[in-house]
Amino acid sequence: MAKQIYFEDVEVGSEIGPLEKNPTTQQLVKYAGASGDFYQIHYDKDFALANKLPGVILHGALKNGFLGQLMTDFAGPEGWLRKLSVQYRGMDQPGSKVVCRGKVVKKYHEGDQHLVDCEIWLENAKGEKTTPGSATVVLPARHLH
Amino acid sequence: MANKIVTDEVLKQIGKMGEPRTYEVERGAIRRFAEAIGDPNPLFNDEQRARETRFGGVIAPPTFCRSMGSPIPDVKLPALGDSFRGLDGGSDWEYFHPIRPGDRITAQTRLVDLKESEGRLGPMVFITMETTYTNQFGQLCVTQRSTAIRY
Repeated sequence: MAKQIYFEDVEVGSEIGPLEKNPTTQQLVKYAGASGDFYQIHYDKDFALANKLPGVILHGALKNGFLGQLMTDFAGPEGWLRKLSVQYRGMDQPGSKVVCRGKVVKKYHEGDQHLVDCEIWLENAKGEKTTPGSATVVLPARHLH
Repeated sequence: MANKIVTDEVLKQIGKMGEPRTYEVERGAIRRFAEAIGDPNPLFNDEQRARETRFGGVIAPPTFCRSMGSPIPDVKLPALGDSFRGLDGGSDWEYFHPIRPGDRITAQTRLVDLKESEGRLGPMVFITMETTYTNQFGQLCVTQRSTAIRY
């Protein structure tokens, strides 16, 4: 189990990740099967090319899943991911590395809960943020505030 | 400027609901979903180790609800006709309760917003749907808002 991070351990500006992924066409097929999204642009190259795409492309929802992993890794087994938002701005193709990253933008309390707002994104090998987003996690605290 | 596509008449569709659909959550489906993402977190894969956490057992990863689709309400945009093009703009998730193996989850999708704006290729319509995922105890576990763009 991943090491638990506590509310006191993070500051505004603290980095989250990186989580590196090297998606393959095989992974897209696995994701199609697991999610039930069988749109052919994600595994059928001829179909993708006929639809004016450069080739098969990653499911937006798979990139959403990668960013979910970034945040549940960060929250740890005692934390809770409360909100997760992603915007699909650019396409990504298998065979090329993508990296999920984030940083803490706000720390605050709500009732007895300790919350952290984060800016998150997935970037391609050129460092372009193809999938920006945000997340809110509840973290455990070492001490009551 | 008056909307060309999202007219007052079109706006009346907001609130329209799709048919609910109920799923029984299988342990294997959770494991395969986490594997497809490449997420080795024991919370999603390892009953023994997940039992030692405050969750007391395996839970579903954050985007697992993508595997529990529900019919979307039919949105009529007469000015666009049938020849529109579409894009998936993104998703906003909120999490209230964990989803566990054996849960019976009911998914239902509602049209929550319609907006029009002028894009480079002409008018664009932003269609926002919200899907709620409710467990067998009537607890709201997850909401997912998705925005599709038609132009």
